[in-house]
Amino acid sequence: MSHVPFDHLQRYADNVTTDVETAVIEAHLAGCADCRSALGAVAPRVEDLWVAMAPALAIARRRPSPLVRAAAWASPAMVPWVLMTFAVAALAVVTDLLGTELPSLVLLLAPIAPVAGVAAAWSSGMDPAHEIVACTPRAGLYLVLRRTVAVLGVVLPVLLPLGWLVGASPARWLLPCLAFTATTLALGTLVGVRRAALGLVSVWVLLVVGPSLVTATVPALLSPAMAVLWLAAAAVASVLAVARASLFTRLTGDR
Amino acid sequence: MDNSAHVRAAGLRVRAGRRMAVDGVDLVLGIGVHGVLGPNGAGKTTLMRALATVLRPASGDLRVLGSTLADGESLRRVRERIGYLPQKFGYYPRFTVREFVEYMAWLKQVPAKDIPAAVDRAVHRVGLSDRADDRMRTLSGGMVRRVGIAQAVVNDPAVLLLDEPTVGLDPAERMRFRTLLRELARTSCVVVSTHLVEDVAAGCDEVLLVDRGRVLFQGGTDELAAAGATSDVGDSPLERGYSALLEQAAPR
Repeated sequence: MSHVPFDHLQRYADNVTTDVETAVIEAHLAGCADCRSALGAVAPRVEDLWVAMAPALAIARRRPSPLVRAAAWASPAMVPWVLMTFAVAALAVVTDLLGTELPSLVLLLAPIAPVAGVAAAWSSGMDPAHEIVACTPRAGLYLVLRRTVAVLGVVLPVLLPLGWLVGASPARWLLPCLAFTATTLALGTLVGVRRAALGLVSVWVLLVVGPSLVTATVPALLSPAMAVLWLAAAAVASVLAVARASLFTRLTGDR
Repeated sequence: MDNSAHVRAAGLRVRAGRRMAVDGVDLVLGIGVHGVLGPNGAGKTTLMRALATVLRPASGDLRVLGSTLADGESLRRVRERIGYLPQKFGYYPRFTVREFVEYMAWLKQVPAKDIPAAVDRAVHRVGLSDRADDRMRTLSGGMVRRVGIAQAVVNDPAVLLLDEPTVGLDPAERMRFRTLLRELARTSCVVVSTHLVEDVAAGCDEVLLVDRGRVLFQGGTDELAAAGATSDVGDSPLERGYSALLEQAAPR
């Protein structure tokens, strides 16, 4: 019986033979030791396989990009808003340091400082990729909370020294800050996070910051005695946000 | 209810703002390329958003991959197997192509060890391997659209929803895109929405003609062509079939 031609063995070793060819070759190999040893010579060696796999292995070993790792916490959409927040904070510090008779601007604005960044966590208007993010399995309360923590984690470490610099004690503004953050999310499940943020900032500026500057008195709402009130507001808002969390898995439409 | 189909809707109604943009849709979609065709404002995008699970239906029954999407856990499981390219594909200009697709893979919960290879494959599939490390803001409109397709397929979805994917693609890119569609449709349910009859003619196994929030017709391209007569408006049999069916359904 004739042997399997060398080029057929080569193709068999490379796994590119047709089903019929494979059947014929294997039937012959079963009864022919010569062809089996010939096959051993053409079959790819393990070392060659490793060389061939090297590009794939290099891809598999690639480290996650630092930008992507950061984005797992802070949404890229938040960056401009957090920068804007820093710019406003810097202006407030400069104004305070100029030594006017008015209440500290840092103190008056600190409660709403994280709101813009938090709004960008879940808003079609502020996040260009909102619609594809909303369609992913990670979309939901957990993702929004991670993003919120990221905003607080960046904004608070800046506010604390600035407040200390101008004499605005965190005992006055830290709890209001957290209450505003939670309320933005809670209200956001009803009217959209961006609208909630815009509404809260407007109300605070018009009803508290404005009158305080006009009368040149520190608003009673920011006295340390009000801490219990702010704590209660933060707690109620958090419960509401968690109860309505399924809203953070859907598109917020054009809100 | 039979759960074998990838997507199944019965009496589906979905709101877009105050308007009921999808108003009583019944459909069953399995493996293959399904073209959702219709004039602008027909409700195609709202239908695609509902199938992508980002809009909650106002009423009716919707099952994707056998799930009614009733709770957070089933929603999450289904979304791991969905790919979605919205009509308005927004992105982060400072991200490179690879970083953007990698971020989407992370959001889609692709296992961390599989992400580098999955990203490489997705970027290769849309022919952007040589631009993988370029920032998104340096890309042309057609290339951005292709990144949109890459992020949609990075998790090897069982249901792939592409809303007007060919907008901004040049003729060569369109041809490559159709080849990719054929490849993906061998194992998954691909739904492509378009307002161009030629897109459907070239790449779809089946057409769903949508107008005023309803499906007027579901069938093969040959059946759509057969619906038209030489007296109908249009330059090709498909266009004549398209205008004949829209004309029949128009309110008098």
